[in-house]
Amino acid sequence: MEQLGLERRGRRLAAGPSWHAVSTSGRSAARKTSGISPIIWWFLAIPLALEAWWVFYPALESFYLSLTSWSGAGSPRYVGLRNYQLLLQDPIFWTALRNTGLWTLTFGGFSFVFGLLVARLLNRPRRGVTFFRIAFFLPMVLSLTVTGVFWQVIYQPGSPMYSLLALTGSARGAGSGILANPQLALWGVLVAALWREIGYIMVFYLAGFNGLDPALEEAAQVDGAGAWRRFWSIVMPQLREVHSIVFAILVIDSLRTFDIVWAMTQGGPFNSSQLLSTYMYQEAFTALKLGYSSAIAVIIFVLAIGFIITYLVRTYRTGVEDGARAH
Amino acid sequence: MALGLTDAIGTRRRERRHADKDRVWFYPVMTTLSVLWLLPAFFIVLISLRSTDDITTNGLSALPHSLSLDSFVYLFTQAGFARALGNSLLVTATGVVLSLVLGATSAFALSRFRIPFRVPILLLMLCGNLLPPQILLIPVEQICEALGIYNTLLALIVAQVGFGVGFYTFVLHGFLRNIPDEIFEAARVDGATPLRVFVSVALPLTKPALAALAALASTWIFNDLIWSLTLIRSEVKFPVTLVVLQLQGSYVGQWNVVAAAALIGAIPPAVVFFIFQKQFISGLMVGSSK
Repeated sequence: MEQLGLERRGRRLAAGPSWHAVSTSGRSAARKTSGISPIIWWFLAIPLALEAWWVFYPALESFYLSLTSWSGAGSPRYVGLRNYQLLLQDPIFWTALRNTGLWTLTFGGFSFVFGLLVARLLNRPRRGVTFFRIAFFLPMVLSLTVTGVFWQVIYQPGSPMYSLLALTGSARGAGSGILANPQLALWGVLVAALWREIGYIMVFYLAGFNGLDPALEEAAQVDGAGAWRRFWSIVMPQLREVHSIVFAILVIDSLRTFDIVWAMTQGGPFNSSQLLSTYMYQEAFTALKLGYSSAIAVIIFVLAIGFIITYLVRTYRTGVEDGARAH
Repeated sequence: MALGLTDAIGTRRRERRHADKDRVWFYPVMTTLSVLWLLPAFFIVLISLRSTDDITTNGLSALPHSLSLDSFVYLFTQAGFARALGNSLLVTATGVVLSLVLGATSAFALSRFRIPFRVPILLLMLCGNLLPPQILLIPVEQICEALGIYNTLLALIVAQVGFGVGFYTFVLHGFLRNIPDEIFEAARVDGATPLRVFVSVALPLTKPALAALAALASTWIFNDLIWSLTLIRSEVKFPVTLVVLQLQGSYVGQWNVVAAAALIGAIPPAVVFFIFQKQFISGLMVGSSK
């Protein structure tokens, strides 16, 4: 299997006509703008119009709504930056923001470390390795909603997981379950989310390891470099491209996290597991504060946009130039 | 199944024999970890097979005193789960087909023709797919209400297609672009119209990428929660994810029913995954964002 951009240098030689070759050659008449048949314009215009209507316009509309006060009835009333000022004084917003930051760090960090670790352990072919890979990847097949419900059941008082935590004393005061404890709820959700994400990140690193040149590591081993040293000095630098893809995916996924929290705690108890995404949803569709919640959405967007651009630039370099090929 | 995932993930071919000698801990550690990893899923299966009485009397941790399919029967006869499955499958099938058709046409236009600003257009379309959905929810709900399609499966389909089309365009573009120009040139010389070139040359050649995207898209759409939550109100139109959550909320204590619902809800994407695992994993690798 060939992975996107992971074997970039090799690919560049092997790839078909590159983007630039296509765009600069333009031998045939059909290539010129004037000669493009109308149906091709429709081919592009319909999907683009659909996306403009259902994605770009709504995104811009949200920016406008964030400057208004609106409950859905009548028309939005322009209030300037008032929603943002209110946000600054809203303790739940700060909790949600802090949780989102914590979530991004822990969810991203643990997924990265354990995904990489498991991939490293399982990257050599040996007996049974496929079983282990499937075991770690399997949760990825479940939706976040189903994962959330799974773990909600697992965390119920009286379940094995609960008994285990009670034994170690971690569930003290969690009489009605881990997710009912404001101190534990977010971490309970985190464990469930990691259970699903680690196998996913593992796949990226398995592919990354697969694209490495084993001769380099062997040479280092012959020179007496230990496993730790080989990993840091030989393997990690070669994985730079995978790291940046994984990094962008993890940040974007973290900021998007909604389903699993919604399925497990809906941000509770007492907003203790509230993320910006869940808080936005509640303010919009439960409290019907559409202007205020749009301001939260804009903040999520602002937090995400830097990483989205990083990801686009990265994908553009590896994907568009070298060919993002599914096979 | 087992061999497939190895192939798909790609075991390194050049084996190194001497490096593994000191790894006596490998099998005990990995076996323990894998079993631990599978335990939650196993636990859910076990719960779904117990009766409500059994759980109430003996607690959640107990081994089943009797195995029964009551919870599954209950789901399909009392909880309207069959209808929810039907709704989900309808939305997923329509959504996937429309997404891929629209993604393929725009990718074809952008990759094989000198459309002005095609790189910015492509990146803009991809960017639309990377946006946090929260920034779209309220206006999309308003659009649906204005069109009179709020609380219909159609709204869900259109929202899914509109949001996904940028990503599908991007992936298919990368694929189409790498098909040698001579193939298209030959068709054109033979007098084929662009539509004909698209249908008889481009689409067949793109089949592997289409299969990968179909596998990915179907699990994404089937597993969706936030769009369904936002756009669907009536229970009769609930897709599986909403019914699972509804059961979880209203049947507290009947954990066997909740577990059964979660399991059945996981089956369609799991089937897609195991049938298309190779395409699935290679699809994930293509600039995945989900």
